[in-house]
Amino acid sequence: MDKHLIAISTICTHYEIEFSFIDALHHNGLVQVEKVDQETFLHPDELGDLEKMIRLHRELNLNIEGIDVVFNLLEKEKALRQELLLLKNKLKRYEAPE
Amino acid sequence: MEFIDYYKVLGIPKTASEKEIKAAYRKLARKYHPDLNPDNQEAERKFKQINEANEVLSDPEKRKKYDKYGKDWEHGEEFEKARQQQRQQSQRSSQGQRFSEQDYSDFFESMFGGGRGWSTSGGAGSMPKFKGQDFHAELHLDLKDVYKTHKQVLTVNGDNIRLTIPAGVENGQVIKIKGKGGKGRNGGPNGDLYITFIINNQTSFMREGSNLYADVDLDLYTAVLGGEITVDTFDGKVKLKVAPETPNGTKVRLKGKGFPVYKQADTFGDLFITYHIQMPTRLSDKEKALFKELQKLR
Repeated sequence: MDKHLIAISTICTHYEIEFSFIDALHHNGLVQVEKVDQETFLHPDELGDLEKMIRLHRELNLNIEGIDVVFNLLEKEKALRQELLLLKNKLKRYEAPE
Repeated sequence: MEFIDYYKVLGIPKTASEKEIKAAYRKLARKYHPDLNPDNQEAERKFKQINEANEVLSDPEKRKKYDKYGKDWEHGEEFEKARQQQRQQSQRSSQGQRFSEQDYSDFFESMFGGGRGWSTSGGAGSMPKFKGQDFHAELHLDLKDVYKTHKQVLTVNGDNIRLTIPAGVENGQVIKIKGKGGKGRNGGPNGDLYITFIINNQTSFMREGSNLYADVDLDLYTAVLGGEITVDTFDGKVKLKVAPETPNGTKVRLKGKGFPVYKQADTFGDLFITYHIQMPTRLSDKEKALFKELQKLR
């Protein structure tokens, strides 16, 4: 077992969330969990996204489907921002003084 | 310190009901929530403002006080009494919004004391947890510095942070280093450190993502007859065959001789070379005669 995995029970206690919430996220493909010896774990790389999902759920009352839509749109926005950055850098070349 | 019109912040009339306040707050929170507006400081500022407005207007006691003394916060004994009373009350509050005390406006602090704080765990414990402040920093590097992955030690607020800078990082790119911002309070998480890379290009290459572009001068005779030339790439020189009758402005792609692709080990973009044919000048009489001979042949 990867010693860096975090037990879902620990996460639920720390963030004061129901296991069913993480389970629903998992079933909708929003987080990946691993089962080892009847205990469920989360990979630390997924923790940042999970925290964001908890905030969106709590602060904006988003349901699982809403969170899924938001994450998809954020991914698209990230790609567009990256493209914009590239284009800005490209434009700078033509605007740079002689 | 400036008076803040919380009704204006939420875009509601002074007669708004609790339900209307809640609806206005939720609508604006969905618009300006920091998770939905990454790297947008203006949205973050707005989000804090609407949270502050909501915190005051959704609490009947605070709203009453705000309506009564809000505009005259700097005058009057009555306000001072109210402020003292509010300070005591704020000690026992536990559930609240997302930001730390320092994120409240001076106006709010002056009128209501500290903020109620937000717990990342969202629980209603006795001590509110505060996330630490996010730090923003710029790191200036030369293009050649980001050709290879390297480590650098940054000093942020007295802490040394070992940073691995991946090859191929883009100018203006922002990376987040989790937990390296300000310290959290009462067990709250630390803030994050955001680093913006400013890449200065002092080379003769132009960069576009992982592709590089360069102009290469080509003498007329090599362009006409073909031959072999040596060109500079980012990591050394390469020999290149020039085809006979190469026109001016011809572009040649050197596969894999461009810039490293960000976070893709051993993957490189391409180098695009544009030939600029150099016309011979200060021709001797003999050269002129030979060109005339060539001209006659055409």
